[in-house]
Amino acid sequence: MSDNDNIARRKILGGIAGMAGVSLASGVTLFSFAGAKEPGDAVTSKVRWGMLIDAGKCADGCDACVTACFKENGIGSTGRPESDPQWIRKVEVRDPKSGATKSLPVMCQHCAEPPCVDVCPTGASFKREDGIVLVDKHTCIGCRYCIMACPYKARSFVHEEITDQKTHAPRGKGTVEGCTLCVHRIDAGGTPACVEACNDTSGGAMLFGNLNDPMSEISKRVAKYNTRQIRADLRLDPGIRYRGL
Amino acid sequence: MIVLAAAAVFLTFQTFAASRTPLPFIPKAVQKAEEGHAKVMRRNHMNLMFHKRDQTVRKGIRTDLNSLKGCVACHAVPGPDKQPVSFESPQHFCRACHDYAAVRIDCFSCHTSKPPGGEDLAVK
Repeated sequence: MSDNDNIARRKILGGIAGMAGVSLASGVTLFSFAGAKEPGDAVTSKVRWGMLIDAGKCADGCDACVTACFKENGIGSTGRPESDPQWIRKVEVRDPKSGATKSLPVMCQHCAEPPCVDVCPTGASFKREDGIVLVDKHTCIGCRYCIMACPYKARSFVHEEITDQKTHAPRGKGTVEGCTLCVHRIDAGGTPACVEACNDTSGGAMLFGNLNDPMSEISKRVAKYNTRQIRADLRLDPGIRYRGL
Repeated sequence: MIVLAAAAVFLTFQTFAASRTPLPFIPKAVQKAEEGHAKVMRRNHMNLMFHKRDQTVRKGIRTDLNSLKGCVACHAVPGPDKQPVSFESPQHFCRACHDYAAVRIDCFSCHTSKPPGGEDLAVK
């Protein structure tokens, strides 16, 4: 079969797939995660994972996302809150003039230009092709330079020995850690635990998706509504966006 | 003839008893591996693990062959309570040889040394 035949076949097949997608689409998207990959495939920059958080729907005093994150990743309290790891936290912002307050979750903002990666002396802090910023704990020496460089206070240091970690979330003393965007779930085609918890038990303030796919729900909303990145003036281009701030 | 046989038996016994070098006791794996797995792993497991961990962490490649979870699950050793032992126990598969060779590994200061159970099984 010649290359031309191959291309023609692909076009036909693509057309059929597209029709299937359209015929099912009445507010329901069949291919919600076009970025889902096979376990053996490497991640690519065709995908940019991101999140849209609607501060208007995020209830004051609700910490479903924080609890879900801690449960998913096996983060327990040491009894010393000052040095406890914080992958995600609820922050209350207040307009000093009007006194109006907003409650919202803040975690690693998964910047396109992450300062934690710039400063890391060993290359342990890195950005995956699909935009997820991670710590490779195999090479992290625990210098904590990234903690200082991050304007979002998104990273934590593990001060004490940990036992009984979750299989999918290795954590250990002497390394820096932070939100992984639940990379183990994403690689299996899932969504982060915080988003799932927010949608299941709370106001559904969090939306996760592929910012590079114009057809994804998150891209459509980002295009439609006025959304903001925190400290956009730093031009780090975070993958986490907020609406109603 | 009988003397020869007796001598042979005696010699065999001698050789067995004379192996004064203590050898590590390597616990059996849960599943039967494919041919040559043990031979390759004995010599190359450290390099393979380095290679595959980078693939997983950096590129998100998560096949069964890349999975430390897979190693730990198949090489689980049941303790006195029939539950898999952790790296704390000298019976742990990795410790059996590493104690013997006096090579300290720090994999399990971050990774769990027990096989996944319950809900963990769902996520590779």
